[in-house]
Amino acid sequence: MILIVDYGRGNLFSIGQALKSIGVEFCISQNPDDLRNASAVILPGVGAFGDAMVNLNDKEFVEPLKRYVDAGKPLLGICLGMQLLFESSDEFGVHAGLNLLPGKVSRLPEPDQEHTMRIPNVGWRQLQVNSGNPFGKKMTDHSMVYFVHSFAPQPTNTDHIAATTRVNGKDIAVAVNMNNIYGCQFHPEKSGPEGLNILRKFTESIK
Amino acid sequence: MSLHTPYPPRIIARLDIKAPNVVKGIHLEGLRKIGDPGTIAQRYYNEGIDEILFMDIVASLYGRNNILDVIESAAQNIFVPMTVGGGIRTIDDIVAVLRSGADKVAINTAAIGNANFLKEAAERFGSQCIVLSIEAKKHGEGQWEAYTDNGRERTGRDAILWAQEAEALGIGEILVTSIDKEGTKKGFDTAIAGIVRSKVNVPVIVCGGAGRAEHVIDLFSSSHADAAVCSSIFHYDLCSIPQLKKRLIEAGVGVRP
Repeated sequence: MILIVDYGRGNLFSIGQALKSIGVEFCISQNPDDLRNASAVILPGVGAFGDAMVNLNDKEFVEPLKRYVDAGKPLLGICLGMQLLFESSDEFGVHAGLNLLPGKVSRLPEPDQEHTMRIPNVGWRQLQVNSGNPFGKKMTDHSMVYFVHSFAPQPTNTDHIAATTRVNGKDIAVAVNMNNIYGCQFHPEKSGPEGLNILRKFTESIK
Repeated sequence: MSLHTPYPPRIIARLDIKAPNVVKGIHLEGLRKIGDPGTIAQRYYNEGIDEILFMDIVASLYGRNNILDVIESAAQNIFVPMTVGGGIRTIDDIVAVLRSGADKVAINTAAIGNANFLKEAAERFGSQCIVLSIEAKKHGEGQWEAYTDNGRERTGRDAILWAQEAEALGIGEILVTSIDKEGTKKGFDTAIAGIVRSKVNVPVIVCGGAGRAEHVIDLFSSSHADAAVCSSIFHYDLCSIPQLKKRLIEAGVGVRP
């Protein structure tokens, strides 16, 4: 059973519908005790980093999530949920994250004379897949997926990068994986057939 | 081949809902019944639409045959972003729409009456969730007035200034519908698209007038719009979604295939 963490942030409904459509059983839970029975956990999230960490703390999810990951069980962070996996973010002041992956979250490169992409980055962007990374292997190189974000992580170890996309002349990490920890900045539940494909391969790999 | 747009613009299908049906008018009036929202939305998704905009044109969120049921049903099988507009007046309305499976809300009338509502909504749900909807009618060269209620009510406000004001309140995107062009199938108002795009920093979605692939190509090559909203062109099968995308790619507009 896949558990979707409900800490008051994120479109849980859409992730649930996407899992349903690929025939995967799931539950949505506000109770950290339920982590013990989960075969995999999805951490969603929209909004600001600091607020999300406050919510996770208030619902007493932080320590149980860390113990869950220490036990070697799979965790997938989506959008802000991916950013929370890292050490910290400088969105509206510096905020500590879950510190499960080395690296910090910072604002996307601003547009300039030559590069005119707007922040927030909203829309379908192309993935450049790192096929040397296990999560990257589950994605189709050059496929397009849906993004809505202004911040992105900078993993300390580039081996952890599963895929990047080009933002204002720079390659930005938009999917990550280290052992049992996975993250994607894009919304697989809103990225059409390719998004569902990534979710399907993720869920297959954890059975 | 050089791209007209630096990043792939989105093609959004607009479904005007008078629950339980999809309808379509001209200049937002004189409605014709098109069909069942779930069936139509599903077909557009299968054909590769990038996003779907549901506009409740009778602005009745609740009651019998309401738009929430339409969205909830559509959300079960559609895995691209969905925006809902029409009749969103309170924070509770936004909660209800998001719970039914939508990703964003488009707000017009309630924001005109109370700009603070936009700020409150953006702070509560995040900017990415809040789309300002402007219905614009041309009043002179380079001048547009913002309207509400499907182009029936004047507000006396300059559409461009209103877009800038709303951006400062934290909204995430701006949907500009040209009342003059809406439903005419005669092409977009590329002038207002270009001006709004140059005056704000958030993505600009342009709606009203798409009747042929050339109109969409023209919009992206002349205005750098971030997204085009199409309705009649798909409803009346003037050009299918795959055909439109193929034409755009051939013309150098790098949309998602």
